[in-house]
Amino acid sequence: MRHIISILMENEAGALSRVAGLFSARGYNIESLTVAPTEDPSLSRMTLVTRGTDEIIEQITKQLNKLVDVVKLMDMTDGPHIEREMMLTKVRAEGDGREELKRVSDIFRGRIIDVTDKSYTIELTGTGDKLDAFLQALDRALIIEVVRSGVSGIARGERALKL
Amino acid sequence: MELTGAEIFVRSLQDEGVEIIFGYPGGAVLHIYDALYRQDKIQHILTRHEQGATHAADGYARATGKPGVVIVTSGPGATNAVTGIATAYMDSIPMVVFTGQVPTHLIGNDAFQEADNIGITRPCVKHNFLVKDVRDLAETIKKAFYVATTGRPGPVVVDIPKDVTAEKTEYHYPDKVSMRSYNPVHVGHAGQIKRAVRLMLDAKRPMIYTGGGVILGNAAGSLTELARLLGHPVTNTLMGLGAYPATDRQFVGMLGMHGTYEANMAMHHCDVLIAIGARFDDRVTGNIEKFCPNAKIVHVDIDPSSISKNVKVDVPIVGCVDNVLKAMIKLIKGSKQRPDEAALRDWWQQIEDWRSKDCLKYDHDSELIKPQHVLESLYKVTGGDAFVTSDVGQHQMWAAQFYKFDKPRRWINSGGLGTMGFGLPAAMGVQLAYRDETVVCVTGEGSIQMCIQELSTCKQYALPLKIVNLNNGYLGMVRQWQEFFYQGRYAMSYMESLPDFVKLAESYGHAGMKIDKPADVESALAEAMAMKDRLVFMDFITDPAENVYPMIPAGGGQNEMILI
Ligand SMILES: Cc1cc2nc3c(=O)[nH]c(=O)nc-3n(C[C@H](O)[C@H](O)[C@H](O)COP(=O)(O)OP(=O)(O)OC[C@H]3O[C@@H](n4cnc5c(N)ncnc54)[C@H](O)[C@@H]3O)c2cc1C
Ligand SMILES: Cc1ncc(C[n+]2csc(CCOP(=O)(O)OP(=O)(O)O)c2C)c(N)n1
Ligand SMILES: [Mg+2]
Repeated sequence: MRHIISILMENEAGALSRVAGLFSARGYNIESLTVAPTEDPSLSRMTLVTRGTDEIIEQITKQLNKLVDVVKLMDMTDGPHIEREMMLTKVRAEGDGREELKRVSDIFRGRIIDVTDKSYTIELTGTGDKLDAFLQALDRALIIEVVRSGVSGIARGERALKL
Repeated sequence: MELTGAEIFVRSLQDEGVEIIFGYPGGAVLHIYDALYRQDKIQHILTRHEQGATHAADGYARATGKPGVVIVTSGPGATNAVTGIATAYMDSIPMVVFTGQVPTHLIGNDAFQEADNIGITRPCVKHNFLVKDVRDLAETIKKAFYVATTGRPGPVVVDIPKDVTAEKTEYHYPDKVSMRSYNPVHVGHAGQIKRAVRLMLDAKRPMIYTGGGVILGNAAGSLTELARLLGHPVTNTLMGLGAYPATDRQFVGMLGMHGTYEANMAMHHCDVLIAIGARFDDRVTGNIEKFCPNAKIVHVDIDPSSISKNVKVDVPIVGCVDNVLKAMIKLIKGSKQRPDEAALRDWWQQIEDWRSKDCLKYDHDSELIKPQHVLESLYKVTGGDAFVTSDVGQHQMWAAQFYKFDKPRRWINSGGLGTMGFGLPAAMGVQLAYRDETVVCVTGEGSIQMCIQELSTCKQYALPLKIVNLNNGYLGMVRQWQEFFYQGRYAMSYMESLPDFVKLAESYGHAGMKIDKPADVESALAEAMAMKDRLVFMDFITDPAENVYPMIPAGGGQNEMILI
């Protein structure tokens, strides 16, 4: 099963490589990994998407907790949660195609954030599925460049990952 | 008063109570060596190779329970230490290793003798620190000792750039540190302990399987009390030997690949398995699909990630082994229920049946020296009371099988990483901790050559080790596998061009003996032990064809041992 694990860690050099190293050394897979400081500058928050059987996910959370820099973690997938990913897509936009691209972008609630006479750059936020669907909807030949942020997630309601 | 980083380093170790450190100097740590020179509280042992320094500190830690401390220079000094760090990591040994680093402004520049020590050691340490500011040095050292020695112990590396050792600041060594991200568990869950005790008292065919955690957690006394209270059979892993007296009737020997037949059969047929400070290693379980098919399993371990890693357990208990065992003892003593005596009598009957196979038997009439004979004699001559370190191979297994350890911390070997070269330097660490005890290193002609240079260190510090070299002329453990599983194609397992070990020992200033007749084994050992203040290198020429039995072949279950 797919799991989203959020981690609060000491904001120290090398913290990221400890997590990445753990995953490669133990052969766990990482689908995506994002990391950034939090409102508390001594902490950074990492969101990790991985897949595995229940046993493997149990080992992954135990091994992560064992890392001395990890302060706290939460498996978002244990409860209701919101998952978001941001994607920037640069597409060739010329002639009649420009109108059509604008329409597709609107349907997906995208925003065109940069325009030249030959291209659009579209910002889109949502779940991974939605971003995939948007890319599907585009003519592949028009896509110049795609950047995805990787998943971040937060629990619904009162449940929260904080100290 | 302001002190330099190097002075702070030395003061911090003194205030931490460190008495001895093992190391090797070089450019990046020269300020530190200068500060060490100008004090006399801490003894520095100069080994002949950084691997030797780490194994010596490791041996010291295993024998005393105190953290081993190492200092090496940057680059090659640090990379040479890696094998020793990984060895300690795999066996959960508390150690603090200080590595020199190039000055902060040069880090990342491919500077002279630069290596990414933090990156290189990351997968084989419990934690590591890079100290970039002299004001963080004392506190980081405190944290390093705290992390290395608490919870599941392990090696911690502290990487110190040279400029940090020259800069100055006020010295203050904290009494204690707390880290919000690191809080090891101590006491076990009361409800789980109760469930475990109920299983133990209800058991018809119980088995207590204990490991290195009982030694690391200083719980041999509690284990013995619990086992006697219950009357259950006890087996130890290779790392757990000495946690329960080996001469006791309730002890059924080591388990696992080269464990006893009775221990493995009892594991396979038990209905309740009580695993304590052991990690279900693949050398122990054999084929996991066939492991303990009918048992309810209790597992006590301080590290949650050890639990249900290889084998799913029924009653997990996270906690410090001594606390948990004491809580169990209290519950059992307070309970009206007694162990099921009738069932236990039948169970012991069955175990004695298995024991009567005498799975460790060997040929006593051979014209060649049998390695088992040497170890039995060693046990006899030392009264079973020596500290025994070992290298890796067949000799290690025979030592584990034939030297009956009644006390913890007397059997010192590399189990997890299986590092050849460990035995001699580890023995130095033990002897430095216990100057008046008998310290024996059981080794093979292959392993001993991996750190043989340390014979020179032994001379310098007058360490009267007794080296028992079981010289079968082969990388015997490899040869055995080639005989069993590769139709006798002995690829690279014959040790050619061996040195004359007697002359070699003598050239280092030690005594050497060569023994090639079975009749001389015991007297030679006695003679060597009588040389109290000299290192004696005993080169026993043993039967090259001898194999370690019994054995669980690869893919086999614990009930599928090959017997002789
Ligand atoms: C050639 C060779 C052959 C081998 N053959 C065998 C064999 O036949 N049989 C065998 O048993 N081994 C054998 N080994 C060793 C094997 O590889 C493992 O090292 C060993 O089995 C592990 O022992 P252990 O389970 O006691 O774990 P250890 O590595 O000693 O781990 C200790 C466990 O205790 C826990 N712990 C630590 N401190 C505490 C505490 N205070 N409280 C609670 N828990 C704690 C730790 O978290 C860990 O899970 C062999 C090795 C070699 C090199
Ligand atoms: C550093 C290292 N290299 C290789 C091995 C693989 N290995 C395990 S046992 C062994 C043979 C050891 O030979 P020896 O020391 O003569 O002991 P014997 O088995 O003959 O008793 C080897 C090569 C190892 N364990 N460690
Ligand atoms: Mg050999």
